[in-house]
Amino acid sequence: MSQESGHYYVPAPSGWPIVGSTALLFMAFGAALTMNKMELGYGLLAVGFAILIYMLFGWFGTVARESESGKFNAAVDRSFRWGMGWFILTEVMFFAAFFGALFYMRVFSLPWLGDADHSLLWPDFVAEWPTAGPGTHEQFTPMGAWGLPAINTLLLLTSGVTCTLAHWALQAGKRESLKMWLLATIFLGVLFLGLQIYEYGHAYADLNLKLTSGAYGSTFFMLTGFHGFHVTLGAIMLTVIYFRCAAGHFTPEKHFGFEGVAWYWHFVDVVWLGLFIFVYLM
Amino acid sequence: MAAVQDHGHSHGHDDHHPTGIMRWITTTNHKDIGTMYLWFSFAMFLVGGTLAMGIRAELYQPGIQILEPELFNQFTTLHGLIMVFGAIMPAFVGFANWQVPMMIGAPDMAFARMNNWSFWLLPVAATLLVVSFFVPGGAAAGGWTFYPPLSTQGGLGVDMMIFAVHILGASSIMGSINIITTILNMRAPGMTMMKMPLFVWTWLITAYLLVLVMPVLAGVVTMLLTDRHFGTSFFNAAGGGDPVLFQHIFWFFGHPEVYIMILPSFGIISEVIPAFSRKPLFGYSSMVYATASIAILSCFVWAHHMFTAGMPVTGQLFFMYATMLIAVPTGVKVFNWTATMWRGSMTFETPMLFSIGFIFLFVIGGFSGVICAIVPIDIQVQDTYYVIAHFHYVLVSGSLFAIFAGIYYWLPKWTGRMYNETLGKWHFWLSMVFFNITFFVQHFLGLAGMPRRIPDYALQFADFNMISSLGAFGFGLTQLFFLYIVINCIRSGEKAPQKPWEGATTLEWTALPTPAPYHSFETPPVVK
Repeated sequence: MSQESGHYYVPAPSGWPIVGSTALLFMAFGAALTMNKMELGYGLLAVGFAILIYMLFGWFGTVARESESGKFNAAVDRSFRWGMGWFILTEVMFFAAFFGALFYMRVFSLPWLGDADHSLLWPDFVAEWPTAGPGTHEQFTPMGAWGLPAINTLLLLTSGVTCTLAHWALQAGKRESLKMWLLATIFLGVLFLGLQIYEYGHAYADLNLKLTSGAYGSTFFMLTGFHGFHVTLGAIMLTVIYFRCAAGHFTPEKHFGFEGVAWYWHFVDVVWLGLFIFVYLM
Repeated sequence: MAAVQDHGHSHGHDDHHPTGIMRWITTTNHKDIGTMYLWFSFAMFLVGGTLAMGIRAELYQPGIQILEPELFNQFTTLHGLIMVFGAIMPAFVGFANWQVPMMIGAPDMAFARMNNWSFWLLPVAATLLVVSFFVPGGAAAGGWTFYPPLSTQGGLGVDMMIFAVHILGASSIMGSINIITTILNMRAPGMTMMKMPLFVWTWLITAYLLVLVMPVLAGVVTMLLTDRHFGTSFFNAAGGGDPVLFQHIFWFFGHPEVYIMILPSFGIISEVIPAFSRKPLFGYSSMVYATASIAILSCFVWAHHMFTAGMPVTGQLFFMYATMLIAVPTGVKVFNWTATMWRGSMTFETPMLFSIGFIFLFVIGGFSGVICAIVPIDIQVQDTYYVIAHFHYVLVSGSLFAIFAGIYYWLPKWTGRMYNETLGKWHFWLSMVFFNITFFVQHFLGLAGMPRRIPDYALQFADFNMISSLGAFGFGLTQLFFLYIVINCIRSGEKAPQKPWEGATTLEWTALPTPAPYHSFETPPVVK
């Protein structure tokens, strides 16, 4: 800690936010045009994404350098903890919207679709989950729980353990062990993603289960898809932390960069448990 | 806590920052960012207001005069979205940026750089919304609540609106996390939670609501997007989904959202009324608990927006009673404001006038809210002008009047100059009169059955519509007058003393000079 330990660090004027806004401007227009089959969209999307990557490198790099030069005192550290905690709550609420959609369909809208009123419209429809809805004629097989998904559960839970082992190693000052457990965590995460991609392939090729397979397909792919996206982000964040550890960042006492990512990783774990129970098992 | 401003050399009271446009683009200063929020919000207020003028011009007479129905629908949709997300919400975040650090004795916001991004995302979203008028197919036209199946149709404009909502959500989430962290972590020594000014309390609770519900909005527009383009069936009954599901998720966000737009105004009113009554706020702790109760209840009342969409009677009863329960903590607040004024040595400067106007008109909007909460009545007035009148009483004479009160109250601290009191009073009375001419008659229109979001109407509604439109034009012009008052204050107002309001007691008046220095509280004040 430098001699400024009593001071709350207020960063100098910065260009990164406007770079980020520019990226989102390009990406939003790009995505909107792409989805409406307009050629210009792809280019805008690519440019926006490139600017976003540039911004993320620059901004997080700046924060890492500020942290390593001892500019953050205990109060700043507390701010980061509050900030990350509330950010994870927003992520929980984002998933809650999709879980809410799943529960609503299964508990309310599906029985309603099978009731007397609708039997006039769709006399052959049997209101049972899983369903692709009364208007979809393609058949599909739902994803079982005890194959890959169970293995994936095991992988993610194990990765939670290795992540904690890495944290203990960091606190004990054992840098080699820290890096090893971090690598193990990243490996398990990537393995999970690989299996998930394989599962999607299996769903499309063998089960005829697609994003377009009605209520079941929508909730299955959107929930597991957003979860997979978050695992991807988590794995990228862990990789960044690995390189920061390799560069000698963090001390046994001060390492919120690591802890924040570890929190995120555990959050992704917990979401998966919810998915395993409500999407695959029940 | 003390602060170090990072500008490459020793810190002190020098204001080193880039000049010109780069100052505003790169700033990490909470006052600069607050100023940008407020100006942005005013610009959006004018855009949304122009759309409102268009709507009222079309409704001036029966028949189709100036707006084709399709364009009229785009106007109503974008008027709502722009006013809610572009004008009212950013104005309150602007207040939070300026006031929260000064009122709790903090050097700046907790995440100063992210604070800049929260702001600079807004022009991006505004660009998407405004440009969407000019793309093939035009802007979104399914109403500001963008219910499917209307919103699963439509073209490019709807997608631009969806991405604008995503970006606005990201901005709000970052802003609210920043505010929560600042309040929880950066209070001056001695500033305990129960000593915080009520404005800070209301924003803390508002920010909690924002982090809870903005991600849900992001989720539901994402479902809309995949339903539109990727073949999912969330809101498609043929695929096993349900359009009403959208309404549930949307209003799980939407109802807390209306409290997000009113709680900070409660905070402003709770600062202004004690200052001009020269008495401490009556029932401070009950105000805090009432605010928290409103916030918690607001998460359990959403389906009162959907009584006619079809739901079990048990559901209707639950949501009706839960909604009416909110009147209790709201009543506590109105009682406390009134009790604060009781036997105070009151004066009636512009902020106080707007606050008293707020209480009168907000209570009318609150009562019509209780009326709408009653299921059998709501089934009659659903989607009529009665609902329009109701929520404009809480949003315009509620949120917007509180914003005006706050602007006049803090303008001397922000600019170092006094506004012209006579002009301010004119602004209040003109707003008050024109507002009521515009919206009071809409109660009658609604009760008589005039539907909302329709560009034409039966002849029997002609008189009241003409009155309403005339009021609206007057109200619109009055707000240009407000712009003049503010510019006049900044350019040639009289120098303001440190504490122009005799009864003000919060830190920004007692511990800081006027105008507030660029960096305040680098060494924290001690609060006794």
